[in-house]
Amino acid sequence: MTASETHRAIHAVWRIESARLIAGLTRLVRDVGLAEELAQDALVAALEQWPKSGVPDNPGAWLMASAKHRAIDQLRRKQRLERKHEELGHELETQQALSVQDLDAAIDDSVGDDLLRLVFISCHPVLSTEARVALTLRLLGGLTTEEIARAFLVPEPTVAQRIVRAKRTLAEAHVPFEVPRGPELEARVSSVLEVIYLVFNEGYSATAGDDWVRPALCEDALRLGRILAGLVPEEPEVHGLVALMEIQASRLRARVGPSGEPILLLDQNRALWDQLLIRRGLSALARAETLSPERGPYTFQAAIAACHARARTAEQTDWPLIAALYTGLAQLSPSPVIELNRAMALSMAFGPAIGLQLVDELTEEPSLQGYHLLPSVRGDLLFKLGRYDEARGEFERAASLTRNAREKGVLLERAAACARDPLPQPPSSPPEGKAPTRRR
Amino acid sequence: MKFMVLVKATKESEAGTMPSEEMLTAMMKYNEELVKAGIMLAGEGLHPSSKGARIRFSGPKRTVIDGPFAETKELVAGFWLWQVKSKEEAIEWLKRCPNPMNEDSEIELRQVFDAEDFAASDPTGEVRRKEEELRALTESRRG
Repeated sequence: MTASETHRAIHAVWRIESARLIAGLTRLVRDVGLAEELAQDALVAALEQWPKSGVPDNPGAWLMASAKHRAIDQLRRKQRLERKHEELGHELETQQALSVQDLDAAIDDSVGDDLLRLVFISCHPVLSTEARVALTLRLLGGLTTEEIARAFLVPEPTVAQRIVRAKRTLAEAHVPFEVPRGPELEARVSSVLEVIYLVFNEGYSATAGDDWVRPALCEDALRLGRILAGLVPEEPEVHGLVALMEIQASRLRARVGPSGEPILLLDQNRALWDQLLIRRGLSALARAETLSPERGPYTFQAAIAACHARARTAEQTDWPLIAALYTGLAQLSPSPVIELNRAMALSMAFGPAIGLQLVDELTEEPSLQGYHLLPSVRGDLLFKLGRYDEARGEFERAASLTRNAREKGVLLERAAACARDPLPQPPSSPPEGKAPTRRR
Repeated sequence: MKFMVLVKATKESEAGTMPSEEMLTAMMKYNEELVKAGIMLAGEGLHPSSKGARIRFSGPKRTVIDGPFAETKELVAGFWLWQVKSKEEAIEWLKRCPNPMNEDSEIELRQVFDAEDFAASDPTGEVRRKEEELRALTESRRG
């Protein structure tokens, strides 16, 4: 093995082992920052030694043993220090110091619980959303600071700063390393799901930059979702989110044209949809629906995504059902964005005039003021109604609001099409083939 | 990226010998790990080639050949489909797999094509565009 091959192998081992390593060490030292440092030290040791000695047969165990030694050294030093303090007559809180024999047992104990605790600590409410995302990708996804920075188009020092600050915040707030119980568990799970879905969405339709999709980020989110589903298999919404992500990810190939331009759902070549992921998504959805008769927000969205997945052609889409599902979702978690999607579904089911009525009500909504999809949807409905001049204005406005270069291109093209030679379409015809039912 | 992981057949697997309970348990544990790590997309075991068939293509001619097939080591006895970050990661996972057979055996790793992989043979996107046009044509006829 050449040195670079060894480095790649070490990186792979790190991806597989780092979360478990950090989780186990955190339980031991009660400090996620210190745990990560210890794990990183073990990684550095591997990088130094393996190119000479070769990759050991059980690299995970090697890293664990190496990190454990360091942890024990740390604890001994701490205990010595505490003893010193006591000798000096300081009144110290009697901290239950672990004896070295307990350490082995402590670190080898139920890996799943440790991982779950790590999930909850990296998505803890004391942290900002950005910090949660960075910390989760770093500690659970095994991504490097550089990879996270690249994914979110932020400078690497910014991400590094976020992570350092997040770890400090957790330490200062004395956030316990535990799985929350009862009603708090549900609230915390939904905070975790939010982080994972945020990562997925950033990959699925990038908010900024030159690429419309970043599939690698979707894969990371999906992996985190699947891991979480294994850790809390009884939570229906976890399966709902996994279902939603699997089905959306099934369309990644069809979502981008040959020159990188976005292709909207109804224009996609369905032959390019990944049937394996659709199948996985549908079974995760079934699982979620079996676990709870009432759908949560993710399960609702997964059910909508499933409607599209089940339609063999865009024309066969069951729009009335989708509109009904959006109505249910809007009742459960009212949001202007969901209303916008509902308007789109209603217009597909019952004609653009009905949709436009709803969209017009949303134009005053403060939270949608900078949201490019509002003018984009409105432009589409106006276009269908034959009001081309107004439609053009809306597409132009949408183009000026998006920060994604690819999306801007498509919107400007649509604006130009309004001016050029409006298609001889009968206005207000029932469901037609094209509409920006993008996202969810 | 996706990898197809091919478990190669052995004399025993071709003879239709079922795995021992011990091995089944070991494999189940391994599969569980793969699922929990979020990398396993699919996986199945295959009946021996004696129950399979081949179709040989030669110009317009099609010939059906019934199994079993002779080249045991080249046959596939099972497969997984994994989604991993790199080939190295797939190799790391594979090294943790229990020997799937009672005798010496081999598992092969093959990367699955992605849309981007075709970019080289379709640099202008012409093939894809044609495909879209064809689809539009079929739909306009239907409509």
